[in-house]
Order: sequence, then C-alpha cells, then structure tokens
Amino acid sequence: MHLDHSHDTTTAVSADAARPDGTRRALRIGLGGPVGSGKTATVAALCRALRDTFSIAVVTNDIYTREDAEFLLRNAVLPPERIQAVETGACPHTAIRDDISANLEAVEDLEDAVGPLDLILVESGGDNLTATFSKGLVDAQVFVIDVAGGDDIPRKGGPGVTTADLLVVNKTDLAPYVGSDLGRMARDAQDQRGELPVAFTSLTSGEGVKPVADWVRARLAAWSA
Amino acid sequence: MDTTSTHGASPGAARAALLVLADGRFPAGGHAHSGGAEAAVKAGRIREATDLAAFCRGRLHTSGLTSAALAAAAAAGADPLALDEAADARTPSPALRATARKLGRQLMRAARAAWPCDALDALAAARPRGAHQPVVLGVTARAAGLGPEDAAHCVAYESVGGPATAVVRLLGLDPFEATAVLARLAPELDQVARRAAEAGRRALTEGPGTLPAASAPLLDITAQAHAAWPVRLFAS
Ligand SMILES: Nc1nc2c(ncn2[C@@H]2O[C@H](COP(=O)(O)OP(=O)(O)OP(=O)(O)O)[C@@H](O)[C@H]2O)c(=O)[nH]1
Ligand SMILES: [Mg+2]
Repeated sequence: MHLDHSHDTTTAVSADAARPDGTRRALRIGLGGPVGSGKTATVAALCRALRDTFSIAVVTNDIYTREDAEFLLRNAVLPPERIQAVETGACPHTAIRDDISANLEAVEDLEDAVGPLDLILVESGGDNLTATFSKGLVDAQVFVIDVAGGDDIPRKGGPGVTTADLLVVNKTDLAPYVGSDLGRMARDAQDQRGELPVAFTSLTSGEGVKPVADWVRARLAAWSA
Repeated sequence: MDTTSTHGASPGAARAALLVLADGRFPAGGHAHSGGAEAAVKAGRIREATDLAAFCRGRLHTSGLTSAALAAAAAAGADPLALDEAADARTPSPALRATARKLGRQLMRAARAAWPCDALDALAAARPRGAHQPVVLGVTARAAGLGPEDAAHCVAYESVGGPATAVVRLLGLDPFEATAVLARLAPELDQVARRAAEAGRRALTEGPGTLPAASAPLLDITAQAHAAWPVRLFAS
C-alpha cells in the first residue's frame, strides 16, 4: 500500500497550479452561457485585446460542429495551433462539469504544443442557465448572457448567473430594440450576486470588450503574483 | 513495492469497485462517443429498439468480445504494452485506433485518481498519449482489486451501453425501451465476458496472439467515414 506518495509523474492532477515539470501552468478561464449570447465573440475580442501582451490559447466545446473553432480560425484571432475543439457528445455541460477529461487533455496538449502559455480560454457550447464549469477544469468562470434573451434572466438566477466570477450582459446595443431595461438587469444581477462583478458589453464596437479584458488582466496579475 | 492490487482483498473478490468502474458517470470520456451508433442511425440501420438490439448484439460479439478479452488479459496481469500492440493489430481502422487511445488516456486520468498505483503510473509513462482503452481498463480493474471476469464484464457492457445511450439522444428513443434492450442482452453479455476472461487467462501463458480477433468490418468502415463528417453529435 502506498496511497501517500505521489503518482503524478506524467500528468498534473486537474487543479494543480504547477505542470509536471514544475513550471506554473496557464490561468484557465471558462466562458459559458446560453446559446448565441456572444461567448465566441467575447473570446475573439479578448484574444485581440490581450494577444500582444500574453501567450493565449483557446479550447472550444461545440455541441455538434466545429463552428466556434472555425469562426475563431476564420477570423484569425490566434494561429490555428492555439485553438483546439473538444467534442461533447451533445452535452457541453457534461464535458465542462461532470466529465472534464477531454477538456483537461486539450488544455494540457496546448501547453505542450505551444506553451508556455499565460492564459487558456475554455468556451462551453451554448447550454442552459445551470451549466457551470468544474473547479477541476478552470480557475475562474465568466457567464455570458445577452439583453435579447430577456431582461428577466438575471432575476431568474441559476448557478451561472449567481455564482460565476464575472457575469457579462452582452449586446447592450440591442436593448432599445428588444425593450430590455438595463437598469433593472443591473439591480437584479446585484440582488443575485452580491459583491460579484457584472460587466455590460456591446461587442459591435471595437472597445466593447474592455471591461471583460480588464477583469481578465486583473486575474492574470493575481495568478502570476 | 506492491505494483498490482493496492486496495486489499484478493484479486476478483471486490464487487463495489466494479460498480464504481462500470458506472456511466465514471468520468472517463465515454459520454462523447456512440460506438458507431451515430453512423448507423444516419444510414437508417437503427430506427427503433429492435434495430438497436441487433446493432448491440453484433457489436458485442465482435469488437466487444475482442476488447473484453484484451481487458481480461490486462486484469490477469499480462504485459500491458504487449497487449497494446495486440490491440493495434486488432483495430484496422485508424479512426478507431485514435479513439481507443484517446479514451484510454482519459480513463487513465480517472483511474489514477481513483486507484493510484505503480502499474497505472508505469503504463501512463510508457504511453503518454494513451494506451488502448480496454488495456487501460484491465490494468485499472487489477488496481481496484478486480479480476479478469470483472474487467471483461465491464468492457462487454460498455460495448453495448454506449450505443444504447447514444441512440436515446440521437433518435429520442424511449429510454425504457433502450434499457430493456440491454437487459435482454444480459445473458449474452455474461457469455461473452466468460469467453473473454478465459481467453485473457490463456493469453497470460500462451501470449496475446491467442486472444480473439473478432471484428465488424462495417463498424470499421463507417467509423472512418464518420470521423470526416463536418457535423456530428458524437466524437465516434
Ligand atoms: N448586436 C450585437 N450582436 C452581437 C454582439 N455580440 C455577439 N453578437 C452576435 O450574436 C451572434 C452570436 O454570437 P456568438 O459569439 O457566436 O455567440 P455564442 O454565445 O458563442 O453562441 P453559441 O456558441 O452558439 O452558443 C453572432 O451573430 C454575433 O455576431 C453584440 O454585442 N451586439
Ligand atoms: Mg460560441
């Protein structure tokens, strides 16, 4: 019997901050949220805003295509070897929460292939309001909703809205057209989340992702401190 | 140093460990794979429960038996690297080889967290990109205090349980019907597992060349085609 000594000679245990060779692994941030809320657009904008300063890679979890990975490739936000798609068997929430093995492999392969990396963004395929990331996979998570999905989503709560480290309310440019009350969304979000931050974004403008990028920068500073 | 069964009782005496290992929630990546069922559904070969039963029966007696015997041999203590080569020789489709190694690597991660031991560490170090899943499963079973029959049962059950779950998602098949299909296959599953366990034990003395090499050419062919589909729900 030898349960006490280390068996981690070739792979890091999921949440370990160090890689098997002793170097610090990349900060991993998950992005989840309902279908079409702007997760891929946020990932793309974050890559553009941060790629000159940090070494970044992306893992996508599509539901039945490689759509997200291909969007990122088409838009050349990162070189192709920095983008990996994980297949989820129709269940992104399983792949990001209940059985994270394929995602862990993807992040480790990226570190091996193009590392050292500062940041890995893991996008979940669009799912429901209960889909959150396992702590064994990511260090922090962003939940992206949009104003067009209904301004009562923050009030409805759910684990994504309530517990994500950052809540992003995207597509604020559409609020006037869909009759969404941004003030009400902000108040409801605060009721659900207390001190946890909320960012309102519109990614149609160039600088739109700034509040999210600033939050990621602060996380990166804390991670490498 | 103890390199085999880490957790007590004589090999094969454990039972609860088998439930943990065979549980569909065991986090080893299986949920993203249909075992060829997605291609069969698309081709119209699986439309209802009777088709699912025929598909599962075919898979069980071909690749199911072959995989179960590899797992049994590993659980009996045969050299996992020799078994890994034997698995390659029995897997002509490059897509299915890649899938087997990918799933083997995923299982390895869960296994090392659940039943840490030198045998798993050694196999992980020798095959960092993953050994064939049935081989990893056999070594895992041994680490968990399970025997060749247990490993064979686990793999034989996976060979039909995966497609059944996938077809529920793909066709909206009644989940009670899908479970009934599996229940009716149970006696055949037991037979296949027994054959596989015998073959696994024999391989211990006579070498992996004696292991069954049953295969299903249509599964190999459709797996190759499926791997190239641009839009699909399952990875295989
Ligand atoms: N008007 C407006 N449209 C946006 C904004 N952000 C994203 N979109 C559009 O919304 C659509 C969906 O955006 P994606 O980034 O693909 O959304 P997603 O959350 O990744 O979607 P899934 O991965 O399919 O769940 C696209 O057509 C985007 O161009 C925004 O701030 N304003
Ligand atoms: Mg997307």
